[in-house]
Parts: sequence; structure tokens; C-alpha cells
Amino acid sequence: MSVVTDPVRPVEAPSSSTPPRRKGSFGFNSISPRERVVRYLLLAFVLLITIGPFLWQLSTSLKGSGEDIYTRIPRLLPAQPTFDHYKAVADTIPVWDYARNSLVVAVLVVGGNVIGASLAGFAISRLQFRGRKIVLGLFLATLVLPGEVTIISQYVTVREFGLANTLFGVALPGMIGALNVLLMYNAFRSLPVEVDQAAVVDGANAWQRFLYIGLPSVRGTISVIAIFAFIGAWDDFLWPLIVLTDPDKYTLTVGLQYLSGTFSNNPRLIAAGTMIAFVPIVIVFATLQRFFFKGVEEGAVKG
Amino acid sequence: MRHQRWFTPWVLVIPALTWLLVFNLWPSVNTVILSFTNAKPLGGGTFVGLKNFETLLHDEQLRWALLNSVIYMVVCLPFLTVLPLLLAVLVEKKLPGITFFRTAFYTPVVASAVVVALIWQWILDDRGLVNGLAEKLGVISGPLPFLSDQWLLLLSAISLTIWKGLGYYMIIYLAALGNVGRELHEAAAVDGAGPLRRFVHVTIPGVRGTMILISILISVSALRVFSELFILSGGKGGPGGRDNSVVMLIQQYSQGFEGNLGYASALSIVLFFVTVVPMLVLARINRRGAEA
Repeated sequence: MSVVTDPVRPVEAPSSSTPPRRKGSFGFNSISPRERVVRYLLLAFVLLITIGPFLWQLSTSLKGSGEDIYTRIPRLLPAQPTFDHYKAVADTIPVWDYARNSLVVAVLVVGGNVIGASLAGFAISRLQFRGRKIVLGLFLATLVLPGEVTIISQYVTVREFGLANTLFGVALPGMIGALNVLLMYNAFRSLPVEVDQAAVVDGANAWQRFLYIGLPSVRGTISVIAIFAFIGAWDDFLWPLIVLTDPDKYTLTVGLQYLSGTFSNNPRLIAAGTMIAFVPIVIVFATLQRFFFKGVEEGAVKG
Repeated sequence: MRHQRWFTPWVLVIPALTWLLVFNLWPSVNTVILSFTNAKPLGGGTFVGLKNFETLLHDEQLRWALLNSVIYMVVCLPFLTVLPLLLAVLVEKKLPGITFFRTAFYTPVVASAVVVALIWQWILDDRGLVNGLAEKLGVISGPLPFLSDQWLLLLSAISLTIWKGLGYYMIIYLAALGNVGRELHEAAAVDGAGPLRRFVHVTIPGVRGTMILISILISVSALRVFSELFILSGGKGGPGGRDNSVVMLIQQYSQGFEGNLGYASALSIVLFFVTVVPMLVLARINRRGAEA
């Protein structure tokens, strides 16, 4: 064990001379059939815990009104599957309008962050200017401040802009996140300086270096930011709850809470409502997860 | 050496800087200013001196909220620092179908806390899945009041937070595991260390920094909890409002004609100090560990 505790060897720093991974070329890395079985059993167990509740809710939402959902022996598959409850939810609350409102907010937030954070991240990491360190320090300083601490005075600010009770007011404060600026800063910084210098020699200006050299190499981080911004905006509850007072303008999460207050005695309807909010975000994530996981790994290796 | 006009960097930085000033820095200053007023949600309000802070001292709801926050943090910390690491080790090895499992384990993170809490409300209901199964198995004679008893409600919300957080911290650990040198594992294996000893002596020291970071993230987010408690308690904060969190109190004072943004701001300042303490403590542990 002396190798492990040897302080001279850096444990965390990835060494650049590490040979590429070879699949199963080391005796210790190959998996015995028994280990394989144990691993899959564990994976299946965790799968049941993590997505079981969602399946249960999906099942409840599809169970017919005549079907007993309170049985002692829970049934996963509906005996009389029906989409009636989805229709009933849409008849009771304007759930499609809520979904559109959520989408509007999410698109504004994603657009703002992708553009604003990459511009600022590029400038702070790749361009020389007076005050660069101070600007970076300001972005870092906001990280210690949980958003909830300033949420009330943010509301006052948005109200003074005349944007209380508007969807734009919901989107506005989150449109450029300090953390996203720092993530972009980190991503741009990992590019070799020589590439920039070569481009300068070739006569490229800052914008050209941003568009043709910077952006293409940080696509992974941009997709992580976009995915997180979309999920964050679509799922947010506290902020739209504070900003919005008019039921017409509710986003899905606020509308759902309203629905659950109205139909606390009908789990089928609430189940249908939650699925309307849940399914789109899962589809978005499942489609983009490739970029997400790749971007996360990319960030880890470079960071 | 500069290769651009002096204002170009500023053109790129100014949008983000404006947002930072208008929506982060100014609100933090304004929170302090507002806390000395009785500002209303619809506008207006006057300077009231230290009145809000005097009220804070005698606020029984706040005392319960702070107690709940501490319990929340103390219970969440061990579970969310250890379980996600085990999960990360489980999904690290590239087996067929492992991407599916990674994505599936991340699903609760992607879902809104509102959706998740509504699902668990149904599962924990008097006539829900958990009580139904437990009665069927004969473990209990009557339904357990997961959603109406003060302590069971808090415990339910905590379990929910842990369940929803697993995938999030798993991904952070997974990224960190990629940086733990493979040679170390191999060398340890050659020295005859089994999987368990390699986990304790190679993996854990390798992700130590990440573990500290995750502990900070967990503590702060446990103190900021809102949606889970709000939805599970039906927005009421449990019996007698004893299951409120500090953020729930802030939200309550932000609404309607009875609302008081001045008092909500004073509560925000309490929240700030409450979240800063664990950060400082853990940062200190980290520094001491690094010196040793």
C-alpha cells in the first residue's frame, strides 16, 4: 500500500502521459461472471428505487375511474387503461397554456445563458484587459450567496421594472447566471494559448477568434449549460410562485400546485397533471443525455 | 500585448456584468436596506429601524424553522455524501447498457421538485402505496400519518430530498472518479488489495476534495429547502406551522396585502448567516486536511 499513501504522487491530477484506456487488457479490470451478475442485480435494485415512483404515478394516471386504486395489493398495470384523466385535467386548468408559459420562460433563459455566458467567459479567459481580475472576482463572489437570500429584493427590482406578474419577469433574473459564466471561463481557458497567438498572427480579430476558434471547442460545456438552464427554468417553483399572481400566467409547476389544492381527493387527476409536467423534460433529457454526460466528463478532465 | 481594440472585451463582458450587478449584487445590498423597512409586496413601506430584528428574536415559527433546518442538514449529510459515491462506483465500469442506468438514475434530478413531491405525496398518503403495503404485510395496524404528523412529515421530506439528490451527486463523483489514477488501482491490486481495501485506500482518498465540496453543497441545499416541504405539507407548513423552513417563511411574507417584504428580508439575512456557517466550517476542515 506504500504507493497509495506516497505523498509525492499526486492523486488527483490527471497525468497527460497516461496511456489510452485499453479494454480488458489488465487482469484486474476484467469482470468475472459472478461480479457481472452482482453488478446487474444492484443496478436493477437502484433502478427500481429511482424510477419506480414515476412508473407508479404513470400507472395511477392511466387507471380507469371504476378501478380501485386503493387496493392493499398494488397493481402496476392498469386494468382499464384510459386517457380520461388527462382530458379532465385540461378541462379544469389550462394546462397546455401553462406548458407554453414554461416553454417561453425556458427558451429565454437558455438563449440568454448560452449567449451571455459564452461572451463573458471568452473575454475573461482569452482577452487581456484592465480590470479582468476584478470582474472574475465579482462572478466568483456571488457563488457563496444562495439565491433564496436575495429573492425578495430581486422581486422588488423586477417589480420596479414593471415586470411583476409577467413571464418576462420570471425569466429575466436567470438569463445570465454567474455560475455559467464561470463554467464557460473554465472551458475557454483550457484551450492552448498558442492557437490564439497563431490566429493573431494570421490577422484574426477577437470576434473571429471567439466564433471560429473558441466556440467550436467548448460545445460540450455549452450543451451542459443549455441543458441545465432548460431544466432549471422548467422545474423552478419558488421564483414564479413569488412573481406571478395571475392564474393565466402560471407556469406548469405553479399550476400543478394549484391543481393539487383543488383536487386533493383525486389522485388520478393529480397523477395525470404531474405526468404532463414530467414527460416533456424527460424526453428533452433523454434526447440530449449523450451531450450532457460527454460535457460533464470533458469538464472534469479539463477542470 | 493586446490584439484587439480596448473596448472589445468590455462589449463582451457588459451584458453578464449588468446582470450580475442588477440581479445579484444590488439585491444583496438592497436586502439589508429592506430589512429596516416594512415594505409591502405591492409597493410602499417606511423605515422602521430594528423592529424586524426584534420580532425575529421572539418568532416561534422561526425557531421551529431553524430546528428543522439543522435536523435536515444533519440527516442529509451522511446519506448524501456516501450513497452517491457507492452509486458512482457502481455505474463507473463500462458494462453493456450502463448509459441507460446512468440516465435512469439521474431522472429524479431532472424532474421538478414539485412533480416529485406530488408523486411522493400520493405514495405516502394514508391510503397510498407505502401504508397499503405495510398493512398488507401486517407491519402496522393503521396507516402511519406521514403527511400530518410533525416529525413524520419532516422525515418524509428529508427522505424525498435524499432520494432526489442521489443522481446529482453521483454524476459529480463520477467525474471525480475519472481523475483517480488508474495506475494506483492497478498497483494496489498487484499488492494484493481486494475491491473493498482499494475502495477505502485508493478511491476515497482520491475523491476527498470532491467529498468536501459535495458536503458543502449538501449542507447549503438542505438549509435552502422549500418545494418538498411546501408541497408535502400542502403549503401549510405542517401542524401549527411547525414544519416550515426558513425559505417557506420568506415566501409566506412575500405575498398579499398582509405580506411584509421588510420582515422577509430580515429572514433572508438569517438564512444568509445560517448557510455561511457550514461553508466556513467545511472549508476549514478542507484546509486542515490539506496541511496534514
